[in-house]
Amino acid sequence: MSGIPHDHYEPKTNGEKWLNSRLPIVGLIYDTIMIPTPKNLNWWWIWGIVLAFCLALQIVTGIVLVMHYTPHVDLAFASIEHIMRNVNGGYMLRYLHMNGASLFFVAVYIHIFRGLFYGSYKAPREITWIIGMLIYLMMMGTAFMGYVLPWGQMSFWGATVITGLFGAIPFVGDAIQTWLLGGPAVDNATLNRFFSLHYLLPFVIAALVIVHIWAFHTTGNNNPTGVEVRRTSKADAEKDTLPFWPYFVIKDLFALAVILVVFWAVVGFMPNYLGHPDNYIEANPLVTPAHIVPEWYFLPFYAILRAFTGEVWVVQFASFITGGIIDAKFFGVLAMFGAILAMALAPWLDTSTVRSGKYRPMFKWWFYLLIVDFFALMWLGAMPAEEPYATFSLIASAYWFAYFFVILPILGVIEKPDAQPETIEEDFNAHYGKADADATPAE
Amino acid sequence: MFKKLAIGAAFALALTPAASFAAGGGEQHIEDFHFSFEGPFGTWDKHQLQRGLQIYTEVCAACHGLQYVPLRDLEALGYSEEEVIAYSAENFEVFDPELDDFRAAIPTDHFPANNGVGAPDLSLMAKARAGFHGPYGLGINQLFKGMGGAEYIASLLDGYTGEEKEEAGTILYENKAFPGGWISMAPPMSDDQVEFADGHPATVEAMSEDIAAFLMWTAEPKMMERKYSGFVGVIFLSVLSVLLYLVNKRLWAGVKGKRKD
Repeated sequence: MSGIPHDHYEPKTNGEKWLNSRLPIVGLIYDTIMIPTPKNLNWWWIWGIVLAFCLALQIVTGIVLVMHYTPHVDLAFASIEHIMRNVNGGYMLRYLHMNGASLFFVAVYIHIFRGLFYGSYKAPREITWIIGMLIYLMMMGTAFMGYVLPWGQMSFWGATVITGLFGAIPFVGDAIQTWLLGGPAVDNATLNRFFSLHYLLPFVIAALVIVHIWAFHTTGNNNPTGVEVRRTSKADAEKDTLPFWPYFVIKDLFALAVILVVFWAVVGFMPNYLGHPDNYIEANPLVTPAHIVPEWYFLPFYAILRAFTGEVWVVQFASFITGGIIDAKFFGVLAMFGAILAMALAPWLDTSTVRSGKYRPMFKWWFYLLIVDFFALMWLGAMPAEEPYATFSLIASAYWFAYFFVILPILGVIEKPDAQPETIEEDFNAHYGKADADATPAE
Repeated sequence: MFKKLAIGAAFALALTPAASFAAGGGEQHIEDFHFSFEGPFGTWDKHQLQRGLQIYTEVCAACHGLQYVPLRDLEALGYSEEEVIAYSAENFEVFDPELDDFRAAIPTDHFPANNGVGAPDLSLMAKARAGFHGPYGLGINQLFKGMGGAEYIASLLDGYTGEEKEEAGTILYENKAFPGGWISMAPPMSDDQVEFADGHPATVEAMSEDIAAFLMWTAEPKMMERKYSGFVGVIFLSVLSVLLYLVNKRLWAGVKGKRKD
């Protein structure tokens, strides 16, 4: 797939030519930031920049925090208090890092659901989507291991529960769990390897982000209409697009600044709102907290994990078919990872030829229901594992899978899509024609 | 724009702080005390913190440690360096590995840990307990009232009913604020147990609030600096947002304007 026709960097001076013939780096940067971008992108398209900012924020604050942190079971908790009390600005660094993780996940969820609504995962952007899903998985791994580092009660018991999931794998589970932990239980070896990986993975994420950007710079951005940019000529393409710089850079920075106002208010005035009080108690292997609850951003998938108990007929059936190899615990683990895999498979499960949900009258409602379902799962994940929450969790989990494996394939066949605009230009003019009439030109 | 903010807000609201379930006791009653440090504009009441320190020293320190709090930080309560030196030397002894013996504490030491009777360390207690949980665990009242760690402590200390029972050789005391209703800590304070230099009343209720405020300080000594950073950041970013809004509007006006003809 050839890119959208546009002007490329031309070295003018001798110095530029000299550099360009040896290392065409200026051209690379020019082409990257001047990429033609569909001019009708709406505000849902700003979260990519927020995510890039979050990654940078987490890496920068994280590197400084590491300078003061001690990864040892006897010293980790005290070293966090050292950061909070004695390090200059340490309390801000740590609260920024803590809440930065939450902002990161708020942004990634909105970014993912934006893709799901506007069909950004569909051909030719499947690779962008898959890389994105990999980044999301790595983010979850990184966040989980980061949460273990302060060595509070929830750190310790969260790590115990989550690594226990690997113990559910038939035959080799126990061996894998021991290998992951570096011993029979969560201990110093676990803390050290989590610390090492928590430092490593963000850089892997950064590399994947580059691939993610490379992939959609090859296919071009999707846009709210889902209609492709015209590539017939440069003149046609220019009617549908604007260069990323300055139009979208400024737009995205404005949105980022507004989001950061809210973020900064949370950090400054209620930094522990999204945390768990138990994590201000040092880890104690002898005392189990009353309720072990993961961080909010894991709750939807945690709810799916717990939904499939031994009383559910699907689980009993799977257990019967496999002669007991797949028990309820392993089924839950499969369901949790399956829920994420289902998202990753969306490009092949969605049979509709129409990309954007805007022009799919039936799809819209199923999608809105998926959003409701996601929030319901998030709430259920924090509830105790008892009735009526167990039944609700099962229904909500069933809808999650049904959306991807039943509704998306069928809708493409039975749905009659609305009329789509011919071009992005047509959509843009229809949208801003009225706004123009009463807009006063900037002086 | 507003849609996005609304979504962000919805997210923030819906994020059930896991905290909501820390204490699942049915009949727990947490009084919503009004502390001077609450809210973005709240500040420490240094007299209250000093009274809290006195209560800690004379009552709580018998069983509870404050191992993460450096004594030198007490200057933040309004004491002079000399007063902190005198307070440290008078009240605490620490083990010095170089002397291989105990010596009087100096400001660079921390408050000692105290594991003697298995009482928990109080350094972070005000952040390790949540007073408020919210309807259906949604944490919505935490959004408005805060986590309520200090409220929990004050409610607990003021929450003894006077009932006691023996269970497996341990005496348990009924307490309205404690999850489950029965706590193994005997009522630690009685009226006029402490005599304040400023003549402030020393009822159990008043002392409960004072010690809770002091423990909020030990848990979050940089709270005022943090809120100040919050204001600086929010104001700076708000101004930046307005400027970027204007730049963005002007930048796009040309593009959208062209489409008129």
